[in-house]
Amino acid sequence: MTRRTIALTMTVLVAAASLGACRKKPEAAPTPATMPVADNGAGQRRADSLAADAARRRTADSLANARANLATGADAQRVQTVLKQTLKQVVYFDYDKDLLRDDARIILDAKAAILVANPAITIVVTGHTDEQGTAEYNLALGQRRAAQAKRYLVSKGVQDSRLTTQSLGDSQPASQGTDEAAYQQNRRAEFEVTNASGALARPGS
Amino acid sequence: MAIRRALGALFLISAPLIAQDTTRGVRIGLTYSPGSRPGIVVLPGKGAGADSIRAIIQRDLDFGDRVNAIVLDASALSEATRTNAPNWAMFAKLGAVAAVQVTPTATGVHLAVYDVAKQTTALVRDYVAPPMAQMRAWRAVLHGVSDDLEESLTGTRGIAHTRVLYNRDKRLWVIDTDGEQAMSVAQTATPQSGAWNSAGTSITFNTLIPSQIIVKDLQSGQERTVASGAGVFISPVFTPDGANIVYGHGVDDGVDVFTASVSGGGGHRLSVGHGTDNTSPSFSPDGRHIAFMSGRAGHPEIYTMDADGTTVDLLTPLEFGENAYRASPDWSPNGATVAFQSKIGSAFQIMTISLRDRGLKQLTSDGRNEDPSWAPDGRHLTFTSNRTGVKQLWVLDVESGRTRQLTRGAGDARNAAWSPRLPN
Repeated sequence: MTRRTIALTMTVLVAAASLGACRKKPEAAPTPATMPVADNGAGQRRADSLAADAARRRTADSLANARANLATGADAQRVQTVLKQTLKQVVYFDYDKDLLRDDARIILDAKAAILVANPAITIVVTGHTDEQGTAEYNLALGQRRAAQAKRYLVSKGVQDSRLTTQSLGDSQPASQGTDEAAYQQNRRAEFEVTNASGALARPGS
Repeated sequence: MAIRRALGALFLISAPLIAQDTTRGVRIGLTYSPGSRPGIVVLPGKGAGADSIRAIIQRDLDFGDRVNAIVLDASALSEATRTNAPNWAMFAKLGAVAAVQVTPTATGVHLAVYDVAKQTTALVRDYVAPPMAQMRAWRAVLHGVSDDLEESLTGTRGIAHTRVLYNRDKRLWVIDTDGEQAMSVAQTATPQSGAWNSAGTSITFNTLIPSQIIVKDLQSGQERTVASGAGVFISPVFTPDGANIVYGHGVDDGVDVFTASVSGGGGHRLSVGHGTDNTSPSFSPDGRHIAFMSGRAGHPEIYTMDADGTTVDLLTPLEFGENAYRASPDWSPNGATVAFQSKIGSAFQIMTISLRDRGLKQLTSDGRNEDPSWAPDGRHLTFTSNRTGVKQLWVLDVESGRTRQLTRGAGDARNAAWSPRLPN
């Protein structure tokens, strides 16, 4: 196998992974950290690191699942669903950060491959934050998160002009809670496909 | 001016009277709080609406924190109005230096102020007011009466006739500073951070969907888009001369402070954040400097710069660590301090920093407290607090430490902006 085929295989595996996750739960929610709301920087870092670890574990599990699923033979419709789900899959961030965690990079790699294989698709990336901090700063932080995701996709070969960024700050939480588990679900970037029509090409096909 | 002189004399004469009456909890069939602020009795008037008028004026004087609005109970009230002549002996006993009466007339209200020491009428004035049914405008006239009263009694104009603009349930609202007459002023496109022009006639705010900066004339209701496009538009404020809007804006390379003409002339960048977040501008009263929030040091702190974006200076003492977070600067109307929110332990608290010696003061400690905004008197602040469980607006008298709740009801009230003194 060439390096290229390995990469593409990985991509489909990850794409399938998102389907596997979606069958169990509608939206692949991040594993809630069991920590209470962090009361200082160290606590927050610990919560963030636990959440990131959990996300990594979940991604690895999904990959294994996907391998099993593919072994049973994926039909064309199922591949389409997987590709669409992968494009929409949410990526998550640490408190007050726009840096991409490993779990976010894996998801973005999968998106990038699909976007490269489907050059007509355009995407709106929307950054969100948890409710901690000011609404004004959070609007800026959300924009930075969206921009960071975009920058990564561009670095993987997606044309700059196909990606639009925006921020809704803390105004549209995914979870209404006020604990760290809810906050982690709210620190995110969402991806909306704005002009997909017809079947998506599978990366490497 | 004659009135001011007359009342000034009144206070010279009555000063010993105030000094005598500082015994705590004195009760002679009526209640009042002791203190060094001039005692004022608000007398009941006669006619339709007189009771409401008295309640509004009395509360305005109380909320102003500059006079001691002496509250009379029912028996004291009947005692005070037993005869047609003012009950001088009783007022003196209460420690009142003046008695005030506002009575409804055919065209508005009539104000009379009595000098207790001289036992004379110190001031009479008639105000034109709309019918009481036009509640908002009618109350505005009364708040103006309260502010006139406070000015003639203490030399400093009150802030009763001001309003607070804030965000709740994806709308912008204005509320009278006595907590009444909340009214929605912007409903569409998820409006967020509102600010007033210095005349109190227009507001500016950003919306989220789509992201843009809007200026709205409160009288005509007309809205105009000042800036829009890709990325975010955040926290607009008017320049003190009202000609320009200064706001945060960014697309894929951080957020910087921009300026644009109110008439819609293309915006240009003021701050140079190099990919960091720079927003929440607040002007010094002379319009020469801007305080703003910047993440350029790795976390949010308060900085100042000249109005053209030069001479950037860190204002708040740099704190290290993941926990440091200072934001929401609001330059005080007297120019002496900047209020902001700072993370202390796990919660935000309201603080001020002196522009002269950088002295810090922590003003809150109960619950989480955010988004301070100064009243035009530079003595009161409104801010968001979750101390009751829901985010509500509160008002703090910085001098006495007295705090009261401004908004009630469901939904988080945030991003308050206190108006300037409003035109009558």
